[in-house]
This record gives sequence, structure tokens and C-alpha cells, in this order.
Amino acid sequence: MSDAWVVVLVVGVATMSLKAAGPVAIGGRELPPRALRMVAALAPALLAALVVTQAVEDGQDIVFDERLAGLAVAAVLLAFRVPILGVVVAAAATAAILRAL
Amino acid sequence: MSTGSDATATAERAPGELTRAGVLQGARAAVPLAIAVGAFGISFGVLATSSGFGGLAAIVMSATTFSGASQFAAVSILASGGGVGAAVLAAVLLAGRYGPIGLSVAPILHGRAVLRFLQSQLIIDESWALSSRGGGEFDRSILLGAGGLIFVSWFAGTLLGVVGGDFLGDPESLGLDAAFPALFLGLLAGQVKDRRAFVAAILGAVIALALIPFVRPGIPIIAAALACFVGWRRE
Repeated sequence: MSDAWVVVLVVGVATMSLKAAGPVAIGGRELPPRALRMVAALAPALLAALVVTQAVEDGQDIVFDERLAGLAVAAVLLAFRVPILGVVVAAAATAAILRAL
Repeated sequence: MSTGSDATATAERAPGELTRAGVLQGARAAVPLAIAVGAFGISFGVLATSSGFGGLAAIVMSATTFSGASQFAAVSILASGGGVGAAVLAAVLLAGRYGPIGLSVAPILHGRAVLRFLQSQLIIDESWALSSRGGGEFDRSILLGAGGLIFVSWFAGTLLGVVGGDFLGDPESLGLDAAFPALFLGLLAGQVKDRRAFVAAILGAVIALALIPFVRPGIPIIAAALACFVGWRRE
């Protein structure tokens, strides 16, 4: 088997298992109160981490580029209660325009 | 993004309930992301064929792994001669967050084990984030509707990239990479309803930012999940 197919197989099995572990093990059952409180905190924690990594991460470097400009525009629009669809499009347009300059 | 009638429909639907209207609502909410994801799917297909990874391997990987960051990392590392071990390690670390994410939506994914497995494969950052109602509650219809549409666009994009080649150009020149942090910020803004959620968000951001220079990509996000321990004690 070529290297590529080994990667497809191993990464595929690993990723599918990671996604399925929780739902297959405890799917459909209520979580105990403590676990529920932790899940409630997990969403904002991971969303904030995704904002940071998607905006400034480049491998192991922190870079300030057009993505951050797009994010700044998004933050301003969100403060003015613009719907998310408009915010996402404006962020992409900002980055595209800055890169085209 | 959601209309008034959608908001009413969401409030009336139990978190674990699967309705046609809810699935369509999730798919609608995911349309702009599906466009961006599709464009990255095309560039993944192009990268895989041009780097010698192979078109068929890329298509199979998009249908099974369905995790953009992991797939790009694996293929780039293999292409640069990093070896199978390094490629697998990077990809698995980037997918590591799906452990806690899967756990968070486990209560709403009911049905037989094989059905739970299949539904869980539609979990990705975007579908999970869109399905979050705050307070630890997730909407199954939104998760599956959004995840289903994004899966189709990722798979179709990969196929187009493999077969059609580089007709779109670099998705980054269209600014599409900037769409994702903006989405996550918008969804985060709707989540921070109490002090604990605010503290969790600040901690998550600080942990991720502080770790980026010191650890491999993927680990900062996994480590940020530890901020969920702010929920350990009752307020």
C-alpha cells in the first residue's frame, strides 16, 4: 500500500472514531449536571480558540494578516447587530480586497 | 441569519428532535460556509493531485475523514517528504477536538448505535457551532442539516478539484479563509450570555494564543477545551 493510502486509512479511522466516540458510547442519554455545566462552558471556550487560531495561526507562527483585518470588520459589524451572514461575507470581502491591492 | 419564523421553530423544537423544517433551517444557515468549504475542497483536490497524493485517495479521504484542516496537513506533510508518521500525527492532533465536541452533542444523537455513528460523522466545527443554542444545549436538526450540506460541498469540491483542476484559483485570494474566524466570532457573541461563558471564552482564547508558538497545530485548540473546567463547580 502506498504512503498516501496508509494516511487515508489511518487518519480516516482516527477521525471517524474521535467524532463517534461520545455519541456511540453515551448517545441519547442525559449528561449529569456537572458534565452539562462543563459542556456549556466548552462551546464558548472552543469557539474562542477557533477564532484565535483561524485568525492568526500560521503553522507555529502568529501572523497578523488580512484574516485579522476581516475579523476586525466582523467585530464592528457584530457590535452593530448585523446578521452573521452579512458579517461572514464582509470579512471575506475585506480580506479579498486587501489582498488584491 | 435566521428569520423570525426560524427562531420560533427553534424554540418549539426539542434539542434532540429531528424535523424536516429544522434540517432545512440548518442547511440554509450553512449556505455561505458551504460555498467557502466547497472552494477549499477544490483546492484540496488540486493539491492532492499535483503533489502526487492521488485523486482517488483525496476523494476517499474527503468522504471519510471529512476534516479540512487534518486533510490539508496530512497531504502537505507527505508532499514535503515529512513521512507517514508525521502526516498522521499532525492530522490526528488537528482532529483531536472532535473528542470533546462529540461528547458535547452525544445527548441529542439518539437511535441505534450504527445510526449514532453515522450522525456523528456530520460533526465538524461549523455544523457544531451553528447547532449550539448556548447553555450546553445543541439542536440535532441544525447539526445534521448544516453538517450534511457542508459534507456534500466538501466532497463535491474535492471531486471538482481532482477532475477539473485549478479553475477557481486560490480560495485565499477570494478571502474565503477570513470567513471562518468571522463565523466563529459571530456564533461566540451569541453564546456569551453569562459570566461563566465569558470566562470560558477568555480562557479558551488565551490558552490557544499562548500555545501556538510552542506546540504543533491542533494542540492549542485541544488545550483550550480544558477551559470547560470553569463549569466544574456550581456558581
